[in-house]
Amino acid sequence: MYQYDKYDQSLVDSRVAEFRDQCERRIAGEMTEDQFKPLRLQNGLYLQLHAYMLRVAIPYGTLSGDQMRMLATIARKYDRDYGHFTTRQNIQYNWIKLEDAADILQDLSTVEMHAIQTSGNCIRNISSDQYAGASAEEAADPRPWAELLRQWSSFHPEFAHLPRKFKICVIASDTDRAAMRLHDIGIQLVENDAGELGARFYVGGGMGRTPMIAPLIREFVSADDLISYCEACLRVYNRYGRRDNKYKARIKILVHEIGAEEYTRQVEEEFAHIKTLNLDPPRAELERISEFFAPPAFDAEAPTEVDLSDPDFRIWHDQNVAEHKNPAYAIATISLKPVGGIPGDATADQMDLMADLAKQYSFDECRVTHSQNIVLPHVRKADLYALWQKLDEAGLAPANLDLIGDMIACPGLDYCSLANARSIPLAQKISQRFADQQRQKELGELKLKISGCINACGHHHAGHIGILGVDRKGVENYQLLFGGSGAEDVSLAKITGPGFTEDGVVDAIEKATDLYLAQREEGERFVDTYRRIGMEPFKEALYG
Amino acid sequence: MIILTGNDLKTGDVIWWAGETNWSRHLSDAVDAGEEADAVLQREDAARRVNAGYSVEAEQTERGPMPLHIKDRVRASGPTVRQDLAIDTNIPIEKA
Repeated sequence: MYQYDKYDQSLVDSRVAEFRDQCERRIAGEMTEDQFKPLRLQNGLYLQLHAYMLRVAIPYGTLSGDQMRMLATIARKYDRDYGHFTTRQNIQYNWIKLEDAADILQDLSTVEMHAIQTSGNCIRNISSDQYAGASAEEAADPRPWAELLRQWSSFHPEFAHLPRKFKICVIASDTDRAAMRLHDIGIQLVENDAGELGARFYVGGGMGRTPMIAPLIREFVSADDLISYCEACLRVYNRYGRRDNKYKARIKILVHEIGAEEYTRQVEEEFAHIKTLNLDPPRAELERISEFFAPPAFDAEAPTEVDLSDPDFRIWHDQNVAEHKNPAYAIATISLKPVGGIPGDATADQMDLMADLAKQYSFDECRVTHSQNIVLPHVRKADLYALWQKLDEAGLAPANLDLIGDMIACPGLDYCSLANARSIPLAQKISQRFADQQRQKELGELKLKISGCINACGHHHAGHIGILGVDRKGVENYQLLFGGSGAEDVSLAKITGPGFTEDGVVDAIEKATDLYLAQREEGERFVDTYRRIGMEPFKEALYG
Repeated sequence: MIILTGNDLKTGDVIWWAGETNWSRHLSDAVDAGEEADAVLQREDAARRVNAGYSVEAEQTERGPMPLHIKDRVRASGPTVRQDLAIDTNIPIEKA
């Protein structure tokens, strides 16, 4: 994992001191809320429905055991004993006191963490593939590149006041586990025919009220030019992105309005100019960063077989364990989606346990996924059974990865001041309705995603089944959508028709899954059957 | 009726105006601000007794003042999915 140098640490320490002073001045009445608000937001501190909420950045979703343990400490010391892992691979605390905020940031800084650029119209936390460095299929480990982008984008003066927020994702495999093309910039590291490393650039994707899939704007950008090409993409957006209308200010609107071809032309022109400025870091800097992400010392003697004689363990293994590039190791996903639970929530004790397990079984490393789960990326196959037993004791072994029970849900109206409807109670009802393991397994991969408002933090546009909570004359109502995907088969979900009550939408999902089971052909997932037979049969089942 | 709400500046707690310079964690203590709502909010904000205050349309019920909008009822209740963290579990969320 990357470790701060003196510049990184100095930047973070300075920001803590600065924010401490700002908080003190606000509490003393030397600043109004209007003056203070943009300052606290630059440090990830929101004022939410019930209290202040702090969003802590987890760069490309990667955490050491010590960092996870600090997240637990903060939950216990300053919050109410839990935290919420988000679809941006970050963590949010819901009950923060302003008088504690600087102390929290101080504590975070001791483990090289912060909340900088987790809000505001700037480049947000870089997201990536939770299997980075562990998957056999990647062209390169995306984390050094994500780290390079983190350093480039942190406090970048030109991009501190963009027209709107800006999200970048870096992956390095054809399998997309990070919703890459639903980002403002999606970068896929690839090798060209000559075996040189570079990147495909997709620009102008996003969810929210106007969902769009990012078009490909360049097939291959040399790895040496990655930063300057990003700079060019941002510069064109910063110059022409709409600042007059918040709802049309994201880069996706600019790319859509002028067209991908014209946007690309302008980026290329800007890129040609930027290349003369020698902005790209020397290869030595990338090599320095890459050394932090060198493969761990895998046990060359470790067995490659797993004893699956315990049937309960086998269920978890078959669902939550993925192939590792080293045949003696595996990638294990800890599902934060127990039946009837709150998706993405973890208690302080659970975080401590995950930190311990990361240290004991995964080279002291864990990852946060955009699906609100935790991954231990490098587990010896021989240790999987012991790992599962410890997870199971702590309620952390739901065997539901990518099944209907593994749903994404935003905090919704239970916590969020922007929400129109509650997401979590609906997630709980759906998980209870489909609690039976066999039934979930029978339904197969089914990505269900719930947002409590049009801002789409719950990724409903990208759900095989998506749910959008709306306010209908002061009453919560839920629109149902089918056919979305955030994966390599990316697509945007379509609304089925009139909305439902909370109970009604659970019934509707059951009708839809019944239809799927009746209509599916060999090997088809729910979304495949939907794509083959279309919306009409589903509409008939729901409304007929 | 018009009641006033906001957050405690230091703690962030949801608070309701209970008359004069008093603020309460409990919706049941809220009082009608009537036509004085804006003036009270301005005064209380300046005194830092409330942060990000705003007025809420409400009706008087057997349980006391009840906001018309669900969002403010959830604010008064606390998260409906964490009864252990709730302020008042008796507030009807779905319907005022």
